[in-house]
Amino acid sequence: MNQVTAHRSFTHDAAELAKQVEAGEVRAVARVITWLENRDPTGAAVLTHVAPSLNRAFVIGITGYPGTGKSTLIDQLITAYRRLGQKVGVLAVDISSPVTGGAVLGDRIRMQRHTDDPQVYIRSMATRGHQGGLAAATQQAVRVLDAAGFGVILIETVGVGQSEVDIMRVAHTVVAVVAPGLGDDVQAMKAGLLEIADIVVVNKGDREGADTALRDLREWCKTVIRTVAVKGEGIAELIAVIAEHERWRDLDRPALHRRKGPSIDLGSRAG
Amino acid sequence: MTVAATPLRILIGKVGLDGHDRGVKLVARALRDAGIEIIYTGLHQSPEQIVTTAIQEDVQAIGLSIHSGAHNSLFPRILGLLREQGAGDIVLFGGGIIPDEDVPRLKAAGVQMLFRPATPMHDIVEFVNGLRTER
Amino acid sequence: MSERKSRFTSLSGLDIERCYGPDHLKGWSAEQDLGQPGAFPYTRGCYPSMYRSRLWTMRQFAGFGSADDTNTRFKYLLDHGQTGLSVAFDLPTLMGLDSDDALARGEVGYCGVAVSSLADMERLFDGIPLDQVTTSMTINGPAAVLFAMYLAVAEKRGIPFDRLGGTIQNDILKEYIAQKEWLFPPEPHLALIVDSIAYCAAHVPKWHPISISGYHIREAGSTAIQELAFTLYNGLTYVEAAVKAGLEVDAFAPQLSFFFNVHNDFFEEIAKFRAARRLWAREMERRYHPRNPRSLQLRCHAQTAGCALTAQQPMNNVVRTTLQALAAVLGGTQSLHTNSMDETLALPTEEAVKLALRTQQIIAAESETVNSVDPLGGSYFVESLTNRLEEGALELFRKLDGLGGMVSAIERGFPQREILDASQRYQREIERQERSIVGVTEHREEDVRSIPILKIGPEVEQEQVARLSDLRKSRDPFKMAGSLEELQEMAACHQNLIPPLIEAVKAKATLGEICAALKEVYGTYREPVVL
Repeated sequence: MNQVTAHRSFTHDAAELAKQVEAGEVRAVARVITWLENRDPTGAAVLTHVAPSLNRAFVIGITGYPGTGKSTLIDQLITAYRRLGQKVGVLAVDISSPVTGGAVLGDRIRMQRHTDDPQVYIRSMATRGHQGGLAAATQQAVRVLDAAGFGVILIETVGVGQSEVDIMRVAHTVVAVVAPGLGDDVQAMKAGLLEIADIVVVNKGDREGADTALRDLREWCKTVIRTVAVKGEGIAELIAVIAEHERWRDLDRPALHRRKGPSIDLGSRAG
Repeated sequence: MTVAATPLRILIGKVGLDGHDRGVKLVARALRDAGIEIIYTGLHQSPEQIVTTAIQEDVQAIGLSIHSGAHNSLFPRILGLLREQGAGDIVLFGGGIIPDEDVPRLKAAGVQMLFRPATPMHDIVEFVNGLRTER
Repeated sequence: MSERKSRFTSLSGLDIERCYGPDHLKGWSAEQDLGQPGAFPYTRGCYPSMYRSRLWTMRQFAGFGSADDTNTRFKYLLDHGQTGLSVAFDLPTLMGLDSDDALARGEVGYCGVAVSSLADMERLFDGIPLDQVTTSMTINGPAAVLFAMYLAVAEKRGIPFDRLGGTIQNDILKEYIAQKEWLFPPEPHLALIVDSIAYCAAHVPKWHPISISGYHIREAGSTAIQELAFTLYNGLTYVEAAVKAGLEVDAFAPQLSFFFNVHNDFFEEIAKFRAARRLWAREMERRYHPRNPRSLQLRCHAQTAGCALTAQQPMNNVVRTTLQALAAVLGGTQSLHTNSMDETLALPTEEAVKLALRTQQIIAAESETVNSVDPLGGSYFVESLTNRLEEGALELFRKLDGLGGMVSAIERGFPQREILDASQRYQREIERQERSIVGVTEHREEDVRSIPILKIGPEVEQEQVARLSDLRKSRDPFKMAGSLEELQEMAACHQNLIPPLIEAVKAKATLGEICAALKEVYGTYREPVVL
């Protein structure tokens, strides 16, 4: 074979790697996540070296059926949180083929304009047979990004036919995205999405059927927002209700379990 | 479950302005069917976007399709950026419309493989599987 | 007697039986489904006497390098008996970018000619009498801008607009579906297309403001049925948009034109042209009841299939192209481009282009296939294929209706996914050796004989960049900026943009500047992920 395939001279010294991760070095962050995905013990070792109870980052889960515009919504949220000065990490989870184990991960197509921004890190993860809407290593990847100083971490779940309970455990706030006219009726959503969602977004809110969807959903969930993600409409309001949810959530639980750190600016309701 | 413990991760995408994505999507599907994880970037990517994506996604290789005739400019720019960012170990391969006479120069510059039109998918899958390295 | 294969299929996967007879045409009526040439439903052709009166227009697509390079090639082709011009633009131009844009690096003049300003357009047509040739321009996203440049050239030379003949491709829906070169979201793009249609109806009556194209859909890997269905459905979408904007159907429908691919399956392709005419006439009649019969007629250009060419043994491509060209002629096309044998490798050389043109000339002059109109009409096999293509297309029409029309179907990735799946099926048939390609899957040769190919040097880009820099220094910046502001205002209040575009190009605003100004008003489009 060609000389080019010589593998990367990457240290396997967990303490050294932890330092690199904490310094926000992208290559170290990316490689540690790879090891965690591959269940390489070095990955877990690095995690023992980063402060175990960091829990500084604010983690937002975005779930919803295919075609509802999750990725476009995340693209807009990245822009919004960047304007607030946050470093933003994204974990976009997509399903692996149960037959071959392969996957085509295309969620980041919608977010590619942010690759020019060094304060944004986007990582695609395949489920590799894991059930529950996330990859087995997603939670650990969140810890890596947290250690690397990403103040906001957005997780896009698989969003197809799985019961997406994982995201409730991993995210501080879960946003379910629906779109009018996709045929997913409220009954079905109630059974799946709505019971895990803190906030429901009716995206493509300029389409026919959006008003009906909003009305129906408001009977089931107290926070329902209308967005048109492709035009950036409703994003400011979504940011505001996410921040509000975060504040209420912290009041509800013992101090020990609260998210540490931020006085990070998550934005607030305008006016 | 037949899922391999550590699937290969490969970036597949289009650089430059041409929109011919038939071939590149068929390659992505064939590699997926061979158990590989494909990060698909979509169309119209700049060399900078490709390299940043490859590093963030920690891929073993980048496979690019070019039909615009700009291969002599785009491939070297990507190789340069990879080296600049300490990622010269990521393998670069490609396909599309690339005249035979340009191939030796691009290979000498560091493009590991250039597939001609009508290359059997099997050959591409075999090549990519050959990139599996310990990390 | 045993047969060579257990199953015979058309290139698009239709089952083909051993022999066709009256049983295959049950319910078919020569009166209803075939008719006479030049009469409803136009299965046999748009005109009563077809090539007995006038041969098709031989229109070779050309464009490379600078405007001067392409101007020279145009004159060469006209000197060798070509009867119409067809401009290929380079990728930056197709994307509405100037030659000095960062994204244009390395692509200037490669796949076509670079045109960033009115001055470039003037040099492109220098010495060519615009009132005596017809000009087809393959341009979509920024079509209205290039059209405005062409009109401005004519105005400068004192040629009245009603003497201009030609076509702009201007078909954005197939860009979202297949070719992937768009500037704005579908809504404003459709509005711009309606602007061109309305402007031509009023001021440039001999111009075809749109060429509704299946060519690129086929090149992206579709079947013949998908090409037929998506193209005609796109056409109906444009008609509906124009009618909704208040245009009378007869005021513009006669100027609509179509553009099809001609692929390898000889009979299926002939049937496709016949089915297209019949289906269009029937749908237009059913939906709009036009008074002018020309509104029912599908007139088309055809190009032999680029995706059928092989880089291996390139001379074989001459033979493929000949068969495809003959199918287009037997299908009754109004104009034709024949690909050159070297086009899978690079832009065609002068010699290769001449041979491709000669191919058409030989069919016209020597094959005697042009003497009788629709010579295959009434063939059990061809009529049966025509029926099946029409039925298959109607089935896709119903699916598209169910998805809420083409724009909504595109946003959901429906046509894109159908085409990709078809393309994958074809690829697998090749790999399983169920289909053969001479020189590739069989009769291969190891020693590669190369043919001369055309090279574009970096000086084309350097010169273009220098010219643009001079242009920006030489113009009145206030006049230029004012023209863009005027354009933006009119775009924001949904006025017809062709007049302000003509003013903007005359004020020396560049293509890239104009498109950027419009993007500020219209926004951009991001494609749905279809894998």
